[in-house]
Amino acid sequence: MKKSHIIGIIIIGIAIAVIISTAGDASTYVTFDEAQEMASSGNSSSIHVVGELKKTRSGEIVGIQPSVDKLSFSFVMVDENQNEQTVFYNEPMPPDFQRSEKVVVIGSYQEDTFIADKILMKCPSKYQENTVKAEL
Amino acid sequence: MVHYFIGDLGHLFVILALISAFFSAFSYYRATVQQDLKRSASWLANGKTAFFVHAASVFGIVACLFVIIYNHYFEYHYAWSHSSTRLPTHYMISCFWEGQEGSFLLWMFWHALLGIILIFTNKYWEASVMTVISLVQFFLSTMILGVVIPGLELKIGSSPFILLRDAMDAPIFKVEPEFVPEDGTGLNPLLQNYWMVIHPPTLFLGFALTVVPFAYCIAGLWQKKYKEWIRPALPWALFGAAILGLGILMGAYWAYETLNFGGYWNWDPVENAVYVPWLFLIAAIHVMITFKNSHTALKASVILVLTSFILILYSTFLTRSGILGNASVHSFTDLGLSGQLLIYLLFFTVGSIVLSWVRWKELPTTEKEASTYSREFWIFIGAIALCLMGFQVLVPTSIPVYNKVVELFGGVSNVAPPADQIEFYSKSQLWFAVAVAILSGTGQFFWWKKIDGKKLINQLTVPLILTLLCSTIIIAAGNVAEPTYIVLLVAGLYTVIANAKILFGLLKTSPKLSGGAVTHIGVGLILIGILFSSGYSKVVSLNTTGMLISKDASTEFNNENILLFLNEPKSMAGYELKYKGERVEPIEYSDFIDKNSLEPTGLEHLLVAKTDITVDGEIIPKGDTVEIAAENTYYEIEYTDTNGETFTLFPRAQVNEGMGGLLASPDIKRKLSKDLYTHVSSIRNPTEETDWSDLQEFKIELNQNFFANDYVSTVEKIERLDKVPGVKLSEGDVAIRAEIRVLGEEKEYVSQPLFIIKDNLVGRIPDEVGDLGLRFSLINVHPETDQFTIGVNTRQKNWVVLKAMEKPLINVLWSGTLILMAGFGIAIKRRYSEFKKMREKGLE
Repeated sequence: MKKSHIIGIIIIGIAIAVIISTAGDASTYVTFDEAQEMASSGNSSSIHVVGELKKTRSGEIVGIQPSVDKLSFSFVMVDENQNEQTVFYNEPMPPDFQRSEKVVVIGSYQEDTFIADKILMKCPSKYQENTVKAEL
Repeated sequence: MVHYFIGDLGHLFVILALISAFFSAFSYYRATVQQDLKRSASWLANGKTAFFVHAASVFGIVACLFVIIYNHYFEYHYAWSHSSTRLPTHYMISCFWEGQEGSFLLWMFWHALLGIILIFTNKYWEASVMTVISLVQFFLSTMILGVVIPGLELKIGSSPFILLRDAMDAPIFKVEPEFVPEDGTGLNPLLQNYWMVIHPPTLFLGFALTVVPFAYCIAGLWQKKYKEWIRPALPWALFGAAILGLGILMGAYWAYETLNFGGYWNWDPVENAVYVPWLFLIAAIHVMITFKNSHTALKASVILVLTSFILILYSTFLTRSGILGNASVHSFTDLGLSGQLLIYLLFFTVGSIVLSWVRWKELPTTEKEASTYSREFWIFIGAIALCLMGFQVLVPTSIPVYNKVVELFGGVSNVAPPADQIEFYSKSQLWFAVAVAILSGTGQFFWWKKIDGKKLINQLTVPLILTLLCSTIIIAAGNVAEPTYIVLLVAGLYTVIANAKILFGLLKTSPKLSGGAVTHIGVGLILIGILFSSGYSKVVSLNTTGMLISKDASTEFNNENILLFLNEPKSMAGYELKYKGERVEPIEYSDFIDKNSLEPTGLEHLLVAKTDITVDGEIIPKGDTVEIAAENTYYEIEYTDTNGETFTLFPRAQVNEGMGGLLASPDIKRKLSKDLYTHVSSIRNPTEETDWSDLQEFKIELNQNFFANDYVSTVEKIERLDKVPGVKLSEGDVAIRAEIRVLGEEKEYVSQPLFIIKDNLVGRIPDEVGDLGLRFSLINVHPETDQFTIGVNTRQKNWVVLKAMEKPLINVLWSGTLILMAGFGIAIKRRYSEFKKMREKGLE
């Protein structure tokens, strides 16, 4: 066997190992129902849930409850199946949180509350106003 | 008034840039394929003229956009959404690339400049290379075109010259189409930092530079000059790798120094998207050098040079198409250009693959296998290690793409990137880094082709012994216990020492060739710096009082932060800490000003001096107006170490309405062996109502002492005012101001409460001494007894919650970066002079 073949086999081996380890460590996007099922079946790995903040019909955000010192907060999130869930986040409210049109929480269930380790937000247009405050 | 002309002119330049890029590409193409010399020459002249027109148009677009931003034409969406009237000029430049259109423009600007340099420096390759570059420019021009094809509702590009009324659906424009907002929404205050001025241009220059080796490679394949393209491409590839690397590290430093992301690297998809092409570019450089020395690895050079440019396009696609939306913290938002970006990516990917496919068989190869003891063999292994290192980051970063592809074929895929990215990437990247370090240490010893096992052992003995010796000392001194860290440390030290040996040998004989050794020393130092500053970063602000800072906060927060009350010293990790108060940042001076010596006016960025203030050795007289950066508050913390030496840090906080949170920026005490990294983690919320105690009244005379919350206070002066800012005084109205001097622990404060009788009604404007938590009001004046009644409210004294971390040996990381850049510099100089020699011979 030529040396180049051996190297080739090693490369392929490492590449496969990389893909397998990625697949093994990859998280999944799920809904709250699925997340709860996973938690109750003893699977405590971190998962991603995509959803929106709960809003009233007129577009006001409801359900955000900061702690007294603003160091942590909880909010109500609606996932893609329209299930509501209280999410707790042990950090101050991230900038632009209330403006985000989509939220991704990464974390897991602890009893009835979803504890987020990380929050990602998708803002309509980052750091931009949506409408002009008209002053004539 | 709406300034239509400048926007129309800008748009004209955009169209001109698009057409001229296309024409230039076409002419250069004709010049390349034309056999007839005379006709080829005239096509070449056409192409050159067209490219100059293109470059001029690009500069024109830049100028128009700058005029719009500089003159505050807020009728334009770009100026309105990225700038404001109070923005200093140097940040107006950064407004430019805050938006996506502007950053495309920046990229085009660099391409245009590089194109001109190539035209003037390399006539031999001009036609074919410029065909590729003009074509790239054509695609980029479409991104800022901003034209909607009627009937199809197809939007091509997003123009920076769009008017606000076309971009926004605000009701005001229906009533008043010519409406121009008073002010823009401004540049995000977090980005108002000098890094925002220099980091994006550097990074985009790095992006732009990858097109040059790519263009040479395509030209070489196309013109069947399979070997010749390497020489001119090599200095450009080196320059590109140096600038891209510099851009990446600048971003890391920015994140560390200002943005308070907790560290310098977070393995965010946006960061990965630049890191991966950089690794491939480095690998490409290595195989190109191999080819130049031994005529092996030509195919690998072609593949890697093409791949690194395609990866740049891929990373552009990832960060700008919105596909990362659910995976990244800071990707650009979707401008609806995904389709266009995909076409751009696919065009050059498919084009490169097809061209290489067609020419593959013709590429010269060497039949004989490289010996295990040859330099080429080890460099090649090193390049493979770099590629795999990139591949390991590329695969998880592409998960969102994978989901999209599966969805495209009707499947359902809900794979998400690893939940803990830092841990996930670090654990694998560490081993690749070890491999790269060992290879770059050893590879250098194969300088000569004929080295055998015996010679190698001879050469390696000294560095190996030194490495083990140094490692042992550092492991013992630094208490390095983690086995993986020990492996990385030994590998990093080995690179540094082995390359240092090579370097000393070279300095005597041929210092011009020392680029490789110097860069590798830099790499070794960077690895060691990362290992210690990240692996052994330690929180030193431990709460040892046994009391909770906040009941609602986590145990971690309560344990790892300390609460400082104003002027009450507390000890922390060998220092005595004292919080000395809130400071504001004046625009025209470099020193900070005590917030207590300034009085608010109606405008938040304009304050009035309560007393004479000394700043930068100058005196601001009492009553003068001072302009400050209103969004920033600095917290003066004085540190005294065990030797009695003191230094002061000013960590910053931005409290932004609507942002909901606290944006803290650290201040860092840099010491040779480690950084002390301090940031505030909680402050008194200035927008919240304060909890004041009940009013306590004092009936006193002038110059009589009284105790306001145990602080000795005196009314020193009482005066009648003719004018009170914000209040209209008419005849018969009275305004009286008391000047109260308060003796604090550290210094004296002045408080000036107001008593106003207007239209026979009494009004009182109290004044606060923030530091002491005191609020004075002038309740009443009793002229019959020459007395006054002063009211005092108290609140909790000012406080701040602080977190401090030690980052050991981070300076090794930064100095490694500088050495890396120096090494690149030496190598670029050498490769460029080689190219120049050949050019003078008329060969390339």
